[in-house]
Amino acid sequence: MKHLAEYRDGDTARRLAAGIGKIVTRPWAIMEVCGGQTHSIIRHALDQLLPPEVELIHGPGCPVCVTPLEMIDRALAIAALPGTIFCSFGDMLRVPGSHGDLLGVKAAGGDVRVVYSPLDALELARRHPDREVVFFAIGFETTAPANAMAVRLAERGGVKNFSVLVSHVLVPPAIAAVMESPGNRVEAFLAAGHVCSVMGTLQYPPLCDRYRVPIVVTGFEPLDLLDGIRRTVVQLEAGRHELENAYSRVVTEEGNAVARAVIADVFEPCDRTWRGIGTIPASGWRLAERYAAFDAEHRFAVGGIVTAESPLCRSGDVLRGAIKPSSCPAFGRECTPRTPLGATMVSGEGACAAYYHAGRFAADREGRR
Amino acid sequence: MSDDRPDMSRPACPSPLPHHDRIVLGHGGGGGLTRELIEKVFLPAFTNSVLADLGDSAVLPAAWFSSNGGERLAFSTDAYVVQPLVFPGGSIGDLAVNGTVNDLAMRGARPVALSAAFILEEGLDVGVLSRVVADMARAARTAGVAIVTGDTKVVERGRGDGLSITTAGIGLVPAGSRLGSRPAEAGDVILVSGTVGDHGMAVMSVREGLAFEAPIQSDSAALHGLVADLLAASPDVVLLRDPTRGGLAMTLGEIVAENGIGIEFDEGAVPIDPVVASACEILGLDPFQVANEGKLVAVVPAAGADAALAALRAHPRGGKAARIGRVVADHPGLVVARTPYGGTRIVPMPLGEQLPRIC
Repeated sequence: MKHLAEYRDGDTARRLAAGIGKIVTRPWAIMEVCGGQTHSIIRHALDQLLPPEVELIHGPGCPVCVTPLEMIDRALAIAALPGTIFCSFGDMLRVPGSHGDLLGVKAAGGDVRVVYSPLDALELARRHPDREVVFFAIGFETTAPANAMAVRLAERGGVKNFSVLVSHVLVPPAIAAVMESPGNRVEAFLAAGHVCSVMGTLQYPPLCDRYRVPIVVTGFEPLDLLDGIRRTVVQLEAGRHELENAYSRVVTEEGNAVARAVIADVFEPCDRTWRGIGTIPASGWRLAERYAAFDAEHRFAVGGIVTAESPLCRSGDVLRGAIKPSSCPAFGRECTPRTPLGATMVSGEGACAAYYHAGRFAADREGRR
Repeated sequence: MSDDRPDMSRPACPSPLPHHDRIVLGHGGGGGLTRELIEKVFLPAFTNSVLADLGDSAVLPAAWFSSNGGERLAFSTDAYVVQPLVFPGGSIGDLAVNGTVNDLAMRGARPVALSAAFILEEGLDVGVLSRVVADMARAARTAGVAIVTGDTKVVERGRGDGLSITTAGIGLVPAGSRLGSRPAEAGDVILVSGTVGDHGMAVMSVREGLAFEAPIQSDSAALHGLVADLLAASPDVVLLRDPTRGGLAMTLGEIVAENGIGIEFDEGAVPIDPVVASACEILGLDPFQVANEGKLVAVVPAAGADAALAALRAHPRGGKAARIGRVVADHPGLVVARTPYGGTRIVPMPLGEQLPRIC
């Protein structure tokens, strides 16, 4: 905790924010890609410290939020099967599918368990050889190494009753999709530090060049975020568009070579549907052919489940940065954390939930920023 | 006649085992096994003259109630379920006593007597039950309260999660107590009696197998002594709450909802043990939403706030008490936290159980 306190000092934060105010000369729109960063910004009210010229647009980086509806429906179908133990990260349990959520399946008798690591799910499979244990392998590049390792260990250990329902998504294609979307206003990105700790930074300079946008690799603590924003504004004001690493205590250029090797062994790129956004080419990972035996979609024949979104929910526009959560007509009315229409209202990292919990709906109505 | 023929002269039905090391259904049947459980496990631990009577209900001697007139009776009940049953700093037994004692204490009552009902799962280790019962007895002795009546039922294996306890308690609110005589109003000060989140994280870290250099200890404790000192120093305390399930966020949320006021508090002023804070970071939990079992939140008039804080700090259970915020007329129904960076955010009441975040 000592090392966290160092990155949370209030005086330094105010100094950094004031410094940004001194260098900014015109409005800029900066997208933080990662949901963890959105959460931290709202939780610590960092956006209220920034000069009015700097607008933060909350990006599509909550893995829970962008997991496609049909994948949730497949999870619900598998979890309801007798004899299965369905394991998931905690915040997936409340994400609404077409008909209910995993908590509802659990209440109806399904064996749904929260785990902190896919390796815990693998251990469950070893302890319950008579049950099918399925892990919901979602997330960005950050969670992929552990998910890949679980599959590899299952294969090497001959754990045949273990499988994974994979819905991995990738950051660089999402940045490209945001830049190419009609009406895009984003002029710079904070790249997600933890994704880069795995993948390194080499994928980003080509994006900086192609779209002429600064990309700053940024951490999650208040001072990390303010420093990332400051460096982004410095580049924008100078007309530069480079990759910069503001999270060098964690991120290196080459990333985690061991983790990348496991990922490359277990997963292969695929097109992926992002909830609320649509299909982005080569924006996901699925299990490589040689690990197909561990693919829950095949094992339980749920690949045919295809479903559509609630027409009221504008989470796609939120995830693309086209509207603020509080601008959605359903926000705080039909759609609340108690009655979520879309996943952005469910996950702790979702932009809509972050806004709702931080009371932005009230502040916005009072006409403040 | 050969020796291997059965001897029919002395029919030999096997007599029931006199002792089990695991709970069996018969322990809840009301017969001899139940009696044996009461006599071997419960009575020695909870020993007192009223309980020893073993009547259908406890009859409390008039001497247990002082007779200066004007007291009011406080009465509360609570059900206790927790996994694991035993955790660093306590067990379900401590909780079942301290939790109900604290519910009485939050109304300014001195606890007098408790009831305890046990639902045991077939197969429960009697050693675990004895440990839990010993913890209850110790907590009751520490709190100066007698467990005077009880009941035991046994449910089939797989239907009981080991053990659950329901306690009810009665207490006496002294004559002249002014606690709760007016609603909270703008200007009142919010105090908390110590670090928040300890109990919830003690349980969670065992459940999730997290090991820290020093294990997080539950703060389970009876608070009526602390309350008595507080009320003696500051008789105009407006209200008291113990922030159990849902933590500080839930308690402050209830206070604003019930009093039609707003609360603003300073996040940085809320005491949090550094190890608890780290554990919350690791699991992606908000320490303001994590349960406490030995802390109170006090709303006090501004004029008496310093005296109230000093009284809390002078008590062993309140050494880390802090002034965290105030009641405001703005934003009625909302709890607003001021962040260390000068911004504000609304602190919602937790919806249900906290779900750990993915990354």
